[in-house]
This record gives sequence, structure tokens and C-alpha cells, in this order.
Amino acid sequence: MRLILQRMLAVVGLIVATASTADEFGDPKAGKKVYRKCSGCHQVGEGARHRVGPHLNGIFGRKAASHEGFKYSKAMVRAGDNGLEWHADTLDSFVENPRALTSGTRMSFPGLRKQKDRLDLIAYLRQFSDDPANIPEADPTASPVDHDLDPAILALEGDPEYGEYLSSECKTCHQSSGGDDGIPSIILWPEEDFVIAMHAYKNKKRPHPVMQMMAGRLNEEEIAALAAYFATLDNE
Amino acid sequence: MTFNRRAFIGTSAALAATLAAPMVRGQGKPRVVVIGGGAGGATAARYIAKDSKGAIDVTLIEPTRRYYTCFFSNLYLGGFKQMEDLGHSYGGLAAGGVNVVHDWAVGVDRAAKSVSLAGGGSVPYDKLILSPGIDFVEGAVEGWDLSAQNAMPHAYKAGSQTELLKAQLMAMPEGGTFAMVAPPNPYRCPPGPYERVSMVAHFLKANNPTAKIIVADPKPKFSKMGLFQEGWADHYEGMVDWIGEDFGGGNVSVDPGAMTVTIDGEVTKVDVANVIPAMKAGRIAELAGVTDGNWAPVNAADMSTKADADVYVLGDASSQGDMPKSGFSANSQAKVCANAVRGALTGSKIFPAKFSNTCWSLIATNDGVKVGATYEATPEKIAKVDGFISQTGESADLRKATYEESEGWYSGITSDMLG
Ligand SMILES: Cc1cc2nc3c(=O)[nH]c(=O)nc-3n(C[C@H](O)[C@H](O)[C@H](O)COP(=O)(O)OP(=O)(O)OC[C@H]3O[C@@H](n4cnc5c(N)ncnc54)[C@H](O)[C@@H]3O)c2cc1C
Repeated sequence: MRLILQRMLAVVGLIVATASTADEFGDPKAGKKVYRKCSGCHQVGEGARHRVGPHLNGIFGRKAASHEGFKYSKAMVRAGDNGLEWHADTLDSFVENPRALTSGTRMSFPGLRKQKDRLDLIAYLRQFSDDPANIPEADPTASPVDHDLDPAILALEGDPEYGEYLSSECKTCHQSSGGDDGIPSIILWPEEDFVIAMHAYKNKKRPHPVMQMMAGRLNEEEIAALAAYFATLDNE
Repeated sequence: MTFNRRAFIGTSAALAATLAAPMVRGQGKPRVVVIGGGAGGATAARYIAKDSKGAIDVTLIEPTRRYYTCFFSNLYLGGFKQMEDLGHSYGGLAAGGVNVVHDWAVGVDRAAKSVSLAGGGSVPYDKLILSPGIDFVEGAVEGWDLSAQNAMPHAYKAGSQTELLKAQLMAMPEGGTFAMVAPPNPYRCPPGPYERVSMVAHFLKANNPTAKIIVADPKPKFSKMGLFQEGWADHYEGMVDWIGEDFGGGNVSVDPGAMTVTIDGEVTKVDVANVIPAMKAGRIAELAGVTDGNWAPVNAADMSTKADADVYVLGDASSQGDMPKSGFSANSQAKVCANAVRGALTGSKIFPAKFSNTCWSLIATNDGVKVGATYEATPEKIAKVDGFISQTGESADLRKATYEESEGWYSGITSDMLG
């Protein structure tokens, strides 16, 4: 018991220590560059929408998993219910190692090891929250997903039943619960992002031999079907 | 795991109680019986029960109460996994509507469409799926038979054999010799023996660095050979002596009493001998009369056997064409089969067969490699479409990411099989 207590104190101590530095050193300009690592999944700034991840406007002071219209992992919802709020200190721990703070999060991101990167990133993100109110809104930075896919392909409507059958091939590696140890979660993505990602593998623009091979033999309807299916697959 | 009379007699009393269960069935529902709750059988049972939403009565016959995966069992030898990490219960399948019967299937009457159990009862079926894995070809390695598996373990079925091999590895004297007799093609998990060599070397390098590993191999080359040999040279220089077919690696006999291995006439006293004999389909496939030679030939479109349209064989026991015998392959074949069986019994839509496989192997800490391919069904066989393999000289970061990916795959496939 004493040991456990000591360990808990050590952890608390750590968070407090990072928190105090978090307030002091962040450089939002440098943070904008760090943010590129996040922009594949998250938008921030005017007009930002939920994509694979929720948008990050107004995140400071917000209860975890509380943005309207985004389906969070059960683990994140639970963390919010247990009182997790986003501030410099909690964001710092989360971004350092997402799964250490919230073990069941779907955020497939290994974490930022360097403390300076985290501080800069947090300073950057803080510009998009009302609090403190005296920080002016910055230019829109929501990064549009970069692609040159034929709009006709994006407009295809997928058959979720066919998608369910095809998905059995994905589920050997990608867990239907949304768990993501070592292999990213692919459930509840916006269909558009899913289709763009799969075509990027198919056209060998995104690197990864297994995914290039799997996407390579799926046709446009099949990719649309998978997107339709996974977009609605709620974590069991 | 050939049939052991003692085990039957020992457990039959306890089994009598559970036997009542399979005899009570839903009224008039189509019945699927699956023999073997491994990578192929568990997946098939789970998908049929899940997707038919109660319209099909699914019974799984599997003697063990926990499934220990062969996949990652080499990592246990290397010290990267614990035995508990490899064991999985059948509770998830039962909760998913599968009637799990812990017993051995000892016979299949294809005319009467029923399976007899070691415990004494029998279970009728409309469609029967066999996924019994492998057994060993008798007399394949001179001097070795199943009675020698304690002195010279195969550890090619996971569980107590794997633990035994690890215990022997740990007890090796300083500077001792670990010998492996590798199997001829085809066998389960083509990179398996060589991943094992890597994991044994990893263990010895840390605990017994002057020890040696000899591999007697009847094959001239093996899966991911370039990658493994590069890894052995980089991480375990001078420790591994691989003797291929060209140097008499196929001319082997063993003496379990004297603990010697004779390779091309040269007798070597060894401390551990890991004998992995030639393999064949699990014996129940032969008893069911669906094998031709060592394996059960199947149709690629739905995994039904050439011998009987109502009997299907999945995974290692099947002879299907180009897919390697792996857990990934068995899981992939099971989904194609589940879709076809459900369609045949309930009229649900049958989609075209698609297969895939990827095998990851660990060479040393954070040094993972992989090989994979996609396949399609042709009238003759399951035929390879496209493939890839890790390259020699890859960056340490990529190798680490590959290893982490394999851990993700392990969580993925075990929950996909067992719920
Ligand atoms: C060391 C090693 C490493 C491996 N690594 C990998 C890897 O990294 N990736 C990979 O994809 N594959 C790997 N494999 C291969 C993989 O384990 C097999 O290919 C896979 O388990 C085959 O599935 P299966 O359903 O055919 O047989 P199994 O999974 O062996 O299942 C057969 C089941 O049938 C049961 N059974 C047998 N006879 C009867 C009977 N008469 N009645 C009732 N039940 C019965 C058995 O108890 C068993 O549970 C490895 C294998 C080994 C040995």
C-alpha cells in the first residue's frame, strides 16, 4: 500500500512539474510546425470540422470527449466522466503518450517525446481557445486533406453490407473494437477520409507494403463499401 | 496430439455431463459443426454464429479449455512474452452464441452426417467444418516418435511442449549445443523454425553466450532466408550453424536416449534437440476420409473438400494451392468459408472469395520483418495475386515499427477469432 501511494505521488509530482514549465516556455510559431503531425486527423481554426479526430477549437478548459457530433472511444468518454479536463498539464501528458493517459483511446499516435515540442504545440493550440480571452483568433489553419481524387470516386455511395463482408479481411489486424495497439484504428472515420486514404495506398502514394497490397486489389465500389461500413461501426 | 487412449478414458466420466448439451438442438435450424477451435475453426464458428444472428445452430468441438497460440510462442522462448499472454479462453465464443463442447471428435460418419465424440455421444450436422491443425508423419525423422517428445520436444503445437523446450533451453550448460531438426515442405508457418532459431539465439546471447545452435535442414533454402541470415550475422555472429540440404542437412537421425543428433554421418552430442518432423493434416481429417496423401484437397471458392461438398477443411490441414500454412491464412480462409456456408444454409448473399496472408517474424529486440501476399480463388486452386517482403538493410525505425505492427496484429487476430 505504501509503495502504491509513493508511486502515485511520484506521478502526481511529475505532472505538476511539467505543468509549471508548460505555462512558461511554449512558442506558438514553433508549435504550428509541430502541429503538422496532428493535421492529418485534426482540424483547428475557423471552420474546423471533425475528421478522423475531433476539431481542436476551444479545447482548453473543456471536459474530455465533450465536443458535439464526434463519436469518441468509450475510454475517452469514461475519462471525461471521471473528470479529465484539457489544460496545459493534461494535454502535455496526453500528447506525450496518448495511451498512457487514456489506455483505450483510438488516437493512433505514438506521442511526442520531446518536451519542447509538446510545450510549443500546446502554446499553438491555446490560440484557438477563448481562454485566455485576450489571445486573438488566428487565421484558419484547418488543413484540407491533400488529394487529387476524382470527385466521382468520392461521390460513390458504398453498400455497407458488402463492406461488412469485405471488412472481415481488415479485421484480422484492425480491431473492430477500435483498439489500436501497433495497428491504427479505422472505425468511425468520415467516409471521405477513408476513401482518400485507401486510394492513396492503392496508387502507392502512401507508403506501407501491406496496405498497398490490400488496397491495390480493391476497386472503387469496394473501397466505398468499406468506408460506408466502417463509418458507422460503433465500438462494441 | 494423436489420439491417446489414456486421455480419453481419464476424462470420459467428466465429459458425460457436458455431452447432453449438443444433443439438445434448436428446432429445425440448420446445423454447422466445427471440429477444432484454432485459427481456422474458431474464426469460422464465430463468424457463422455472429452473421447468421441465430438462424444457424453452431457447435464447436475442441478438447482444450484454453487455446495457446503457436503464433508468438517463439517470442515466449526469447523472453518477449509470457505463457499467459498466449492463452485465450473460449468464453467469448460461447457468449457469441457458439455451443462450445470440450471433447475430442473421434470419427465422422459422412453417410449419416454425424460426428462421434471421445466422451461417447454424437453430433449431427448439415455442414461440417474441420480445422484440426497438424499431426506428425510417423517415421519422418529416424529415431524419433511421439514417445520421444519429452526428451526431444517439437514445440510445434503450443502449450506444454513450448514450456518444456524453454525449460531445457534455460537448463543448458555453459557453452552447450542446441540442435534443431527442421521440417521439409509443406509445414505450418514457413518462417517459424527460423524465427525460433533467432529467439533461441537471443536468449543464449544474454544468458549463455558461448553456446552454439546447429540447424539440420532438409531444404536448400527457406522463408525470408536473406533476412534471417542477415539478422543472425548482425546480432548473433558465429552462433548459428545452418546445415542445408546441400551439406547433408536432410540426412538426419536422432537418438533420444543418448541425446545425439547424426547429420550426414557425423554424430554430435547435444544438450537440447528440437525435432520438428514432417507434418500432415490433423488425424480427424484422415478419419473423415477427406484426405489424399497427407492433406485434404479443397475447392478454392469455398474451402469445401473435393471428397464431400458438405465437409470443409480450413487452415493447416487443407491442401489449397499457394497460401502458406499460417494462422493468418487459416483465419482468412475461415471467413470465406463462413460466408459460403451461411449462404448455402440460409440463402444469404455469397460474395466472391478473397484471401490474404502476412507473416511477421522477430529476429532480435525491435527487429521485426514481414512477408505477405493476396490470393484469389481459381477453378484449380487458391492462386497468389500479389506479394511483398521486408528488405535487407532496412532502418532500425522501420524494423521497430514492423515489430509493433505484429503486436497489433496479434491483438487483432485473437479478438477476431475468439471475440
Ligand atoms: C512456432 C510457431 C510459430 C507460428 N507463428 C505464426 C505467426 O507468426 N503467424 C501466423 O499466422 N501463423 C503462425 N504459426 C502457424 C499457426 O499457428 C497455424 O498455421 C494455425 O494455428 C493453423 O490454424 P488451424 O486452425 O489450421 O489449426 P490450429 O490453430 O492448430 O487449431 C487446431 C485445433 O484443433 C483441435 N483439434 C485437433 N484435433 C481435434 C479433434 N479430433 N477433435 C477436436 N478438436 C481437435 C486442436 O486442439 C486445436 O485447438 C506458427 C506456428 C508455430 C508452430
